[in-house]
Amino acid sequence: MTTKLLTALLLGTSILGSAGLAHAEDVTLNIESWRGDDLAIWKDKLIPAFEAKNPGIKVVFAPSAPTEYDAALGAKLAAGSAGDLITCRPFDKSLELYKKGNLADLSALPGMENFSPVAKSAWQTDDGKASFCVPMASVIHGFIYNKDAFDKLGIKVPTTRDEFFAALDKIKADGTYIPMAMGTKDLWEAATMGYQNIGPNYWKGEDGRAALIKGTQKLTDKDWVAPYEELAKWKPYLGDGFEAQTYPDSQNLFTLGRAAIYPAGSWEIGLFNTQAQFKMGAFPPPVEKAGDTCYISDHTDIGMGLNAASKHADAAKTFLSWVASPDFATIYANALPGFFSLNSSPVKMADPLAQEFVSWRGKCKSTIRSTYQILSRGTPNLENETWVESANVINGTDTPEAAAKKLQTGLDSWYKPGK
Amino acid sequence: MPHRARTSGPCIEASSSNNIVWNRETAGTELMAADISPKRPFRWHIAIFLAPAVLVYTAIMILPLAGTLQLSLFRNIEQHQVFVGLDNFRTLFGDPNWSVNFWNALRNNVWFFIIHMLVQNPIGVMLAALLSSPRLRFAAFYRTAIFVPTILSFVIVGFAWKLILSPLWGVAPHMMDLIGLKSLFTPWLGKEQYALTALSLISVWQFVGIPMMLIYAALLSIPEEVIEAAECDGITGMSQFWKIKLPLILPSIGIISILTFVGNFNAFDLIYTAQGALAGPNYSTDILGTFLYRAFFGFQLQVGDPNMGAAIATMMFLIILGGVCVYLFLVQTRLRRYQF
Repeated sequence: MTTKLLTALLLGTSILGSAGLAHAEDVTLNIESWRGDDLAIWKDKLIPAFEAKNPGIKVVFAPSAPTEYDAALGAKLAAGSAGDLITCRPFDKSLELYKKGNLADLSALPGMENFSPVAKSAWQTDDGKASFCVPMASVIHGFIYNKDAFDKLGIKVPTTRDEFFAALDKIKADGTYIPMAMGTKDLWEAATMGYQNIGPNYWKGEDGRAALIKGTQKLTDKDWVAPYEELAKWKPYLGDGFEAQTYPDSQNLFTLGRAAIYPAGSWEIGLFNTQAQFKMGAFPPPVEKAGDTCYISDHTDIGMGLNAASKHADAAKTFLSWVASPDFATIYANALPGFFSLNSSPVKMADPLAQEFVSWRGKCKSTIRSTYQILSRGTPNLENETWVESANVINGTDTPEAAAKKLQTGLDSWYKPGK
Repeated sequence: MPHRARTSGPCIEASSSNNIVWNRETAGTELMAADISPKRPFRWHIAIFLAPAVLVYTAIMILPLAGTLQLSLFRNIEQHQVFVGLDNFRTLFGDPNWSVNFWNALRNNVWFFIIHMLVQNPIGVMLAALLSSPRLRFAAFYRTAIFVPTILSFVIVGFAWKLILSPLWGVAPHMMDLIGLKSLFTPWLGKEQYALTALSLISVWQFVGIPMMLIYAALLSIPEEVIEAAECDGITGMSQFWKIKLPLILPSIGIISILTFVGNFNAFDLIYTAQGALAGPNYSTDILGTFLYRAFFGFQLQVGDPNMGAAIATMMFLIILGGVCVYLFLVQTRLRRYQF
């Protein structure tokens, strides 16, 4: 019995082995990624679409766990065993790889002209001369709301801050729903869905962000403290025990229909569509007065670069050019509603919620998260401190002014603008 | 079943069992004898028998430790490792951006240790004393049940307790509600003033089985004669525990203390799984392990700095080394050991 099994196994391997030989001329490209969630989309949609057009190039999507990705990738690059294509984190993590010579310069790649400078900014040297990753997707911040709850309570979608707080008050007074589903336990919710979500309206998007990098504005300025003041006002509208409420808790609270408003990132759309049993809508962060210019955080999140040590650089470049094409953008954006293509040519999307989010690009000005470029290079790390302080402000353990002061002091200790 | 065999009758003279294990005089004479004796061939078999253990231990413990110490003396300047002497330690203690975090982590770690010493070990001793009582039924069941959490993964423990204490779906608020104590419930893991204590107690819950088992074994090894001698002298019940058993298990308690110390100052997993690498809220649960992790591997946008990480690891090593030395030289030598 065992001998038979063994023979069968051996036979099997020999057949498989020869099957591999038959395709030996094909070039196989490996993609390193942390987006394990996207495995099915790559395998079933994106890779077949590419392979159909480019016979002779095989692509394998090989993701690792998000928390292990950076360390694992670093080790693989050092050992020379990393894949040909590397999914790029935005800003410094990828810049560091480029500086080490792990990522190839892609400035001249056909297809790069499809992207705006803001889209490319996440994967460029500080002077903007060299680009080393093809921008793939961004995520947009805003608020997702329970449409059924809004209809039941007769609340109109708020556009100004006063309307926003009036809506929250009304939901709270009614008592059926928790007004806002957010917790401070995981810290980053408070910073990313809170501070970076509503902030751009106060600091005027790119203007404020650039001024902060140049050093002409400080985090202790009114425009940067005001979002904290608004966050501090959110506290009474959060659920019981929000201090120990984690990110998955918040997601569940909202999708179970127990909360009315969810400060969101557009990456939630896919999950919420499958889990929520009610109608959903979305609105951008409310502005001060009706008619004010609105600003949204349209944060560059994923790109793809070329391993400088790749043995199949030409094939990999062919693939990257395809990633930069509208074809890829259309498949990707529709397969992953909430991850918006950064391609300049508009992409048609079927999902109404995703459409709502992306429509804000037309009427509002886009910016990226204020702490991501350049400002989080030193110790203390501005982004991480923003997480801690945003949670502190909502918890009430720090006043907005104190939080801003801590952040600015930390930043001053290592960042000397104007150099 | 580890039942003690009754080999002798009651009330046998127990004084002969007071031999001190480590007899300096005998050891001394033995050494002298070795010096005087004529030249013996080098005993190769000793080296050969030691070699596997020494090699494995060197490869997986001593080399990495030396590597860490070395790493802490270097700094990455323009992609090159440059020797900077003690500069990393100067940064760690001199730069407020580092020192504030370091002292905070150390303080939290000390509190973490204090809770373990005050709660885990006394409870462990108490449970062991109860378990070793011959009248207790289902002792094996209790022993297993209390020991099981110890073999659970930190991830499971952290996640389970996060759920238990969750203000939204946790059983803790519901159960407190049932006995009318709902008002005492707060989101402990999310409050600066409670989070660390709550996590310490979770860790105590997980590890209380270890002191219990060690003390239980020590209690079982106390010979029946000693107990019977005590009974003959009219020492029974609680006073028997305090006057006879406790002194006999003191060396085990010492070992447990030092194990707790080393374990606590190396702790990381529970905080990381329950609170994340930023050890929130507001760094109130940050201990040396999580601080080291953030420095060494980086976190989110913070890029890891292996050199500073190694400096912190070195400090942890020195703290633990110091603690163990204090124990070995000041406590261990004063403990009296008995051989039966």
